[in-house]
Amino acid sequence: MSTQSTDLSEGKSDVLSEQTYAEIDQWLKKYPPEQKKSAVMAALRIAQDENKGYLTTDIISAIAKYLAIPAIEVQEVATFYSMYEHNPVGKHKICVCTNISCMLNGSEHILDYIYERLGIKPGETTKDGKFTLKEVECLGACVGAPMLQVGKEYHEYLTPEKVDALLSRLD
Amino acid sequence: MGDKKVTIEVNGQEIETQAGRMLIEIADEVGIPVPRFCYHKKLSVAANCRMCLVEMQAMREGMENPVVPACATPIGDGMKFYTKSPKAIAAQKGVMEFLLINHPLDCPICDQGGECELQDIAIGYGEGYSQYTEAKRVVKNKDLGPLIATDMTRCIHCTRCVRFGEEIAGTRELGMIGRGEHTEITTYLEHSISSEMSANVIDLCPVGALTSKPFRYSARSWELNNVDAIAAHDCVGSNIIVQTLHNKVKRVLPRENEALNEVWLSDRDRFSYLSQTHTERLETPMIKKGGEWQCCDWNTALTTLVAELDILVKDKKNTIGALLSPSSTLEEGYLLQKIVRGMGQHNIDFRIRQQDFSQQTLDPLYPHLGVNIDDISTLDAVMLIGSNIHKDQPIIGHRLRQAVLKNDTKVMAVSHRQYSFHFPVTENIIVHPQRIALQLAGIAKALLTLNNASAPTGLKEVIDDMLITDIQQKMAEKLQAAKRGHLILGNMIYGLEDYAQIRMLASLIASLSECNIGYLTEGANAAGLAIAGCLPHRKEVGKENNQDVGLHAQEMLSKTLDAYILLGIEPELDTLNPQQAINTLTASSMVVVMNAFVTDTMKQYANILLPISTPLETSGTFVNTNGMWQSFTGAVSPYKEARPAWKVLRVLGNLFELDDFDYRSSEEVKESIASKYTAEKFDNRIIWQEHLFENRINNVNNEPIRISDVPGYAIDAMVRRADALQDSLDMQIADKVLMNEKLAQVLQCHADNIVEVEQLEGSGKFIVAIDESIPDDCIYIPSAVAATTNLAAPFSTVSIKE
Ligand code: SF4
Ligand code: FES
Ligand code: FES
Repeated sequence: MSTQSTDLSEGKSDVLSEQTYAEIDQWLKKYPPEQKKSAVMAALRIAQDENKGYLTTDIISAIAKYLAIPAIEVQEVATFYSMYEHNPVGKHKICVCTNISCMLNGSEHILDYIYERLGIKPGETTKDGKFTLKEVECLGACVGAPMLQVGKEYHEYLTPEKVDALLSRLD
Repeated sequence: MGDKKVTIEVNGQEIETQAGRMLIEIADEVGIPVPRFCYHKKLSVAANCRMCLVEMQAMREGMENPVVPACATPIGDGMKFYTKSPKAIAAQKGVMEFLLINHPLDCPICDQGGECELQDIAIGYGEGYSQYTEAKRVVKNKDLGPLIATDMTRCIHCTRCVRFGEEIAGTRELGMIGRGEHTEITTYLEHSISSEMSANVIDLCPVGALTSKPFRYSARSWELNNVDAIAAHDCVGSNIIVQTLHNKVKRVLPRENEALNEVWLSDRDRFSYLSQTHTERLETPMIKKGGEWQCCDWNTALTTLVAELDILVKDKKNTIGALLSPSSTLEEGYLLQKIVRGMGQHNIDFRIRQQDFSQQTLDPLYPHLGVNIDDISTLDAVMLIGSNIHKDQPIIGHRLRQAVLKNDTKVMAVSHRQYSFHFPVTENIIVHPQRIALQLAGIAKALLTLNNASAPTGLKEVIDDMLITDIQQKMAEKLQAAKRGHLILGNMIYGLEDYAQIRMLASLIASLSECNIGYLTEGANAAGLAIAGCLPHRKEVGKENNQDVGLHAQEMLSKTLDAYILLGIEPELDTLNPQQAINTLTASSMVVVMNAFVTDTMKQYANILLPISTPLETSGTFVNTNGMWQSFTGAVSPYKEARPAWKVLRVLGNLFELDDFDYRSSEEVKESIASKYTAEKFDNRIIWQEHLFENRINNVNNEPIRISDVPGYAIDAMVRRADALQDSLDMQIADKVLMNEKLAQVLQCHADNIVEVEQLEGSGKFIVAIDESIPDDCIYIPSAVAATTNLAAPFSTVSIKE
């Protein structure tokens, strides 16, 4: 009976490491104690990093439990932002913006070109586990459209040549 | 908000109102139609559907008039709006078109068809054609449990259902995951919903995404007849609409009443109708002859009954007792007590789960909550004593939660079991039931100290060397500080052996802290039955009959009487001590069972079975916990040969040749009580009874004791037979025995194992669950469920074998 969806029991579980909890605690210090849920985005990011770049329902439940909020609230946040992954991803996550400015500037061709090069469509990962391709919403870099993001870096004014150069740099 | 008056203009009509309110509220008040999906007057403003766009007069000269959402536009003096201007209409049309892009338009096979806000608004504000030719999205349906059916492709993401969970039900179960075109409404990992008010999302959902699962595909809404009625399962008396087709109840919906249920309804009141056609419905009168059951007509059944009872009762030494359900109507109760009293006896009672009757003369005229339901939000401190308020009286639980949210009401709880309320509890005392009185004495002592008062006679010895605990002190201080504090005695308290002491102490606490105190009781009509005179010590409208006090429920069930009339109860489930009840009844030579249902157990102890109507098939009156008399008519005619109980009782009265039994309608019965009744003002506090504490306060012996309560969906014969409710999460408790780890080790019980629980000569099998909220030395086993019909009374010792 303890697995009810509304279970609001607090505490740790062994899904997350002590290191992860310690990092989440750093974020919790920034908010008043009754506002623990403010740390949900940071907690998800930290836990995702620990778990090779993606989240599982166990992780989502564990975070909900630690922050004492309903699990569905954590899931809402985790599915709203495209930075959170719910399936294993490759070593490099290529996020191609296909929102309006990028679309008008040919983001579709960029996607096609990546498919030509790597044989993956948005949502897919190369067989060697090196690349994952994602379609994302506006990343706020419309001025450099079409653009994509890998890791913490933006790559703008994309052309097939630029994509080639980028891919050869990533190992 | 403030009370500042402002004047605005809508479509040229001047309206004077308070500043700061949203335009849509004012439009609704004066009857100017504004289309909407996400706005709901009982929920927060989300402003996400944009259907309510209207044109607003620009604030500055030369600026273009903006279109604004009426639900999220607070008004100010001099503002002017146009809801039907070309600009407003264009905006509304545009939104409508977007909303319909992904909507499946499967109205012909949708249960919402005919009562769908999307359908209605599309007709009023949409185009007659679609220019959208691309593919529509499809969303997988979700399994939300036995009550709510889903067709998620129809969802327009208004989030009413999500906000309902967060703001009203208090359990955030539904959520909106994903984003943009991938948005979906779901529960976490598709859990069933557990809220006791969950099905209100069916009414809230403006489209056919969430509909009633039991009702699914069984009728079209426009074919249904509506009958106003009163819900029959708790002391609120929620107002309902019963929808019928071809003399069958198809659906039950809330009927708005701001003083009681507002626009809501508990799942229990909404789905109990499912028992109407249960296979256990009793179809015809039956008589047991030589150990064999025979069906017969009413005439035969009643004349046999009268003949046998007449012989019995002619001999004045013989005794007859009547036990009735606390959900019987006022009229039924009045006529039944009239029959019993007509036979010169006073053995009648509806308090069938009570154990301690020692102070019944101090009972108020009827059990009253002591505060109006719609005033609960004004209380600033509430102490719940033995109450699972959300499950027992969902509407009152909801009101209390709103009080906590809006008025910062402090809620404290004293109980033998920890309940997961949907509001924070500031102080919680969870103890062995035999220590509840001691805990209350501690709070009383703290209050005496705070007030510099000396203990009343009799109590001094008890509390003299008692240490006041921190929690007791805090509770005392909160009650003392409250301007409007309230204590509530809940459903569980009546089953305790020291109920009289507990009530006395609670009343003392109320007096010392200048708080009020009130009762919450089982059933829909405990108040009405007390007024009707269904008590051994009181006749109609509370007239004491001190010289000639009859037997109370416990006495009637512990020594066998010569004859019994049982109205609407299943003693094996509805009484405190099922084992004893069955033994006693089986030993009696004449048991008349008047019930809508029949079971094999009933057939063992009964001699005559009379099929009676459910509350949906009879007219009558319930008096709620605020003393509101609410009358209703039958929505459908009685099942097969069943008859309204008041009619059966009237005929019986005539056959017994008793005086004044010529009622032609249930209204006439009600009138004859109402004409003698004058409503009085209530103060439930009682005068100090010093003798009550002569033997000091109960002491715990350390043998494991069984604690109990009645799960929300086990409370009466109808609810127990509403299959969809039985399938819900809450009823998973029905075959469990709960204890804490410490006791489990002593008893060598292991989680998930099946154990045999023995109590006196009966036993039952249960699955062990470890629950740390159960106090030491306590074993929780529910009451009123099939597995406990052979057990004895709760709050006594049990033994467990693995
Ligand atoms: S399921 Fe119904 S109530 Fe919930 S968001 Fe969708 S349309 Fe609104
Ligand atoms: S649309 Fe691509 S970055 Fe803004
Ligand atoms: S009703 Fe105003 S935006 Fe939905």
